[in-house]
Amino acid sequence: MSEFAIKVEGLAKKYLLQHQASGRRYVALRDVLANKARALFGSGKPEAGSRRSTEEFWALKDVSFEIQPGEAIGFIGRNGAGKSTLLKLLSRITEPTSGRIRLRGRVASLLEVGTGFHPELTGRENIFLNGAILGMGRADIKRKFEEIVDFAEVEKFLDTPVKRYSSGMYMRLAFAVAAHLEPEILVVDEVLAVGDAQFQKKCMGKMQTASQDEGRTVLFVSHNMAAISELTRRCIFLENGKIKAEGATPAVVQQYLAIAAGTDGVYQSKSIQIPRVDRIEMITSQSSQVQISGEPLEIHFTIVHGAPRVGLCFSFQFVNQYGVAVAHCWIHDPEHPICRIGEKSVLKCVIPKLHLNVGTYYLRTYLAEPPGGQLFEMLDAPLLFEVSIVDRHTLFGWRPDVCTYLEDCDWQTS
Amino acid sequence: MRELTIEAGKTERHYWADLWRYRELFFFLSWRDVLVRYKQTVIGILWAVLRPLLTMIVFTVVFGKLAKMPSEGLPYAVFVYVAMLPWQFFSSSLAEASNSLIANANMISKIYFPRLVIPASAVIVCFVDFLISGVILAGLLAWYHVGLSWRIALLPGFTLLALAASFGISLWLAALNVKYRDFRYIIPFIVQFGVYVSPVGFSSATVREKGGDLAAHLYALNPMVGVINGFRWAFGSDAPWDSFGLLTSLGVTLLLLFSGIKYFRATEKAFADII
Repeated sequence: MSEFAIKVEGLAKKYLLQHQASGRRYVALRDVLANKARALFGSGKPEAGSRRSTEEFWALKDVSFEIQPGEAIGFIGRNGAGKSTLLKLLSRITEPTSGRIRLRGRVASLLEVGTGFHPELTGRENIFLNGAILGMGRADIKRKFEEIVDFAEVEKFLDTPVKRYSSGMYMRLAFAVAAHLEPEILVVDEVLAVGDAQFQKKCMGKMQTASQDEGRTVLFVSHNMAAISELTRRCIFLENGKIKAEGATPAVVQQYLAIAAGTDGVYQSKSIQIPRVDRIEMITSQSSQVQISGEPLEIHFTIVHGAPRVGLCFSFQFVNQYGVAVAHCWIHDPEHPICRIGEKSVLKCVIPKLHLNVGTYYLRTYLAEPPGGQLFEMLDAPLLFEVSIVDRHTLFGWRPDVCTYLEDCDWQTS
Repeated sequence: MRELTIEAGKTERHYWADLWRYRELFFFLSWRDVLVRYKQTVIGILWAVLRPLLTMIVFTVVFGKLAKMPSEGLPYAVFVYVAMLPWQFFSSSLAEASNSLIANANMISKIYFPRLVIPASAVIVCFVDFLISGVILAGLLAWYHVGLSWRIALLPGFTLLALAASFGISLWLAALNVKYRDFRYIIPFIVQFGVYVSPVGFSSATVREKGGDLAAHLYALNPMVGVINGFRWAFGSDAPWDSFGLLTSLGVTLLLLFSGIKYFRATEKAFADII
């Protein structure tokens, strides 16, 4: 028998999606009683009034893998690929529909740091409370207290209610408590998106020690490919609830980035939702999705909005291979009327001079109501493009990690 | 090293062991709720005392002075307050516990722990209030020169009965409230209605007098009837000891408690999905 830490066999999770005509989220007892009564006294016509249908949705289907003790493993995939569901199943928050998970050792999950923090309580009180929620005993917390406070750098504010903390302090404290858990299996979901660069580095260090020096098994989910590459050796790539690829991290990450985006410069939506981004066409300065830095870039977005609409906002970002958004462009209806006529509109965006450094970038789009309102559609990596630099006069050796942005500048020398 | 197997429909195998492992979480949650309850309030813990005290005064004036109802040989204020204590504990437990799962939804959808801990700690917080408002009772007893007898030794037993009844119903309501959000409208109704259905402001002997034995037996189906009669008896009321009524209340309480635990456990696995 092999020495696994986690063994997953044929795991599946089904959710029932309810489409209700009324759009209400919860079942009301009133409706249940009304339906029962109708079934009793009625002519057997089921639910004539409420057009409700239930649809099955398999968040995970037939997933199997094995993880060795002390291994750090990454889970990648687009939004909705089943990563979070998998972590929820592993940390026992929800129950699988079928399949089996075998765990050797205690699991602690950092699905979201700061869960259970109470704003009225002081830093000190929250350390104890949060520790207990994450499964630490009182003696453990006492023993680690100094260390946690040091890590979070909040000694001066220990007796202040956390509602008066800055958001940075709050997140530091929350992560500090979580980072000092000592489980055999640590499940981490996107915590590195918080805090300043220095603190992020500290967190990465902490997780690295956990897996390399302390021999803990670390499961790491992130959209940040840089963090995934740094922390893990092996990766599992999920798509539509199934394992698409599994293997050494660099290869799987490359595959993810390549599949995540089309390569022919055109994205065509398969969705039927309204409103949606139906088609994206990217006209790069060179063929096959290669753009020369400093040259114009043109992108056409076709928005299907059904009927004339007021107050639609569209924006897009360029995201680098580390998952960091490096540029943001937008068009908002009140400032610049869009989608006010007909059922379909084309938005043409011309970037006169693309200032990005060499590297692979992908697109991310947002179709929404004005800030604070509903997000209709977010497309992660519908298209991918490569930026390169062709300038025979330069002496500079271009590399992707030198910088992200190239500024125009005029020099005067004397 | 402990190996854990998670399979569909099999997660409850380690349930009671897990519950024991999470006892400190239970402690911390109760402590948090007690702490938070009285932070940023002007008179703090006095609220726990003020509510039953004011209600007692109103009931004493209305039932004792105006309606001149019998009070089983106790001063009317003591007679009402002794019933008010367990009743207030019961009603606030229902209100707090039924809402507790929803209030802690973010914890439930992010972290595993036996969900039973949450309504249990909500009930315990109300129990702390109950103990605090008990202090006023000592003052009342001294003021009215009511002596205590050996009967007081049974008081912990009746308190336990009140705890079991509150917890049992709370489990039902908490679990139902996750699924059917309109249950939160029922609870204030139960509480409001219950204070008149339970013998808080009057003696349960009145029911026997007006309705006969059958009515009294049916009346005892309300678990709080047994508890309140027990409390009054322990503080020296002259109403006769009613074994049948007590056993009925005890039976109903146990039924509620066990079915509550069973229903809660059957539904808690889906809480994270529907909350």
